[in-house]
Amino acid sequence: MKELKVDPIKNGTVIDHIKPGKAYQVLKILNINTQDEVMLGMNLQSNKTKQKKDILKIENITFGPDEINCISLIAPNATISTIKNYDVVKKHQVQTPQVIDRILKCANPNCITNQENLQSSFEIYTKKNITRAQCYYCEKTTKIDEVRFSMNN
Amino acid sequence: MQNLISVKDLSKSDILNLIKVSEGIEQGKLTPQIADKVVSLLFFEPSTRTRFSFETAVKRLSGKTLYLGDVASTSVTKGESFADTVRVISQYSDMIVMRTLVEGAPRYASELLDIPIVNAGDGTNQHPTQALLDIYSIYKTQKDLNGLKIGLVGDLKLGRTVHSLCQIMSDFNPEFYFISPEFLKMPNSIKNYLSEKGIKYHQLNNLEEVVRELDILYVTRLQKERFSDAEAYERVKDYYAISANLLHGVKENLKILHPLPRVNEISTCVDNTPYAYYFQQAKNGMYMRQSIIASLFDRV
Repeated sequence: MKELKVDPIKNGTVIDHIKPGKAYQVLKILNINTQDEVMLGMNLQSNKTKQKKDILKIENITFGPDEINCISLIAPNATISTIKNYDVVKKHQVQTPQVIDRILKCANPNCITNQENLQSSFEIYTKKNITRAQCYYCEKTTKIDEVRFSMNN
Repeated sequence: MQNLISVKDLSKSDILNLIKVSEGIEQGKLTPQIADKVVSLLFFEPSTRTRFSFETAVKRLSGKTLYLGDVASTSVTKGESFADTVRVISQYSDMIVMRTLVEGAPRYASELLDIPIVNAGDGTNQHPTQALLDIYSIYKTQKDLNGLKIGLVGDLKLGRTVHSLCQIMSDFNPEFYFISPEFLKMPNSIKNYLSEKGIKYHQLNNLEEVVRELDILYVTRLQKERFSDAEAYERVKDYYAISANLLHGVKENLKILHPLPRVNEISTCVDNTPYAYYFQQAKNGMYMRQSIIASLFDRV
């Protein structure tokens, strides 16, 4: 039997092929509670790609498409597996969305989204290999590795 | 077109239609009427010129205006949210023209309300009616919007009007010349936008190098408060100033535009040359704003 470095979970979500060192940031984006049961592996050798990766296994929690696609901003090659009774019932790769609502916070303190009770909305686009997020309201643009995530999503 | 929030929402045909309607109104061939309409001017940030321009536009269309220009006298000081403020005012109005320091506020208002919203300037973000009156001015003076050489001088980093001008002209294949102090250069976001559209631009330190090639010279004020060192401001303010001497040998069709107010960046001796166009430019704002309001009310 194949030996796993991170134990399997009975029910929940496995996020695999996270860029090495990014697992903590993924947890932060997903707003994982400190009470939640999480197993984390960092800088593990991937059998598939032969490169290093991080992996997260989160017990008893599944995520909606918005949250999953948001992970793509820092883990573009991540795969998401939904686990039920130790079996993988659904598996797919994250995709960079064209629009992200709610989860990102505009860095512009003068933006209406930082002054009113209003859900943020960003257009995500890539030009010349640089991915950026443009606020729908104030139209300011931020490089994707500089975006901030709203903690109240 | 249901609202006017940002230049980026305007298609080339929107722009050309608004220019055509402005021209029709100016020439007396179009006389749209909005006698049954009340337009609220919500100026959370004061502006005499823009307010006057909108007020005269509404009144020349036979409409009526309500003006709110002092935040201190409103329920905003009682802690009322922006959303509630505009919702209440929309009960009394058929259109809201809004100026605010809060960026994105007009966009938000357009989502909340069923009446048309016109952005009269939101912080450093957009001032679409200024961009439209600028392009109308360029159209009137050059007769053809295509392939023009346009020089932009002054504070190009923070100048909302020059950013909008680059955007609104982008469908007409211009060539831009940016002349500014080093630390007030045109931001990379605008230069990247132009590159993506295949529009040529040049970054220069000296206007004299290029002034004789230009069709349009758009001048903006160097704001003293942007300079951390008062001496640095004093050193450069005249370097970028436009004087009549600079205009020897320029093209006959050259026009000098400025969003106003000017301080000393255009010498008053330029005012009597055939190149000065900034006061007519301000008047064009009246026609363009009539065009915008009439179009949003579907009266043309």
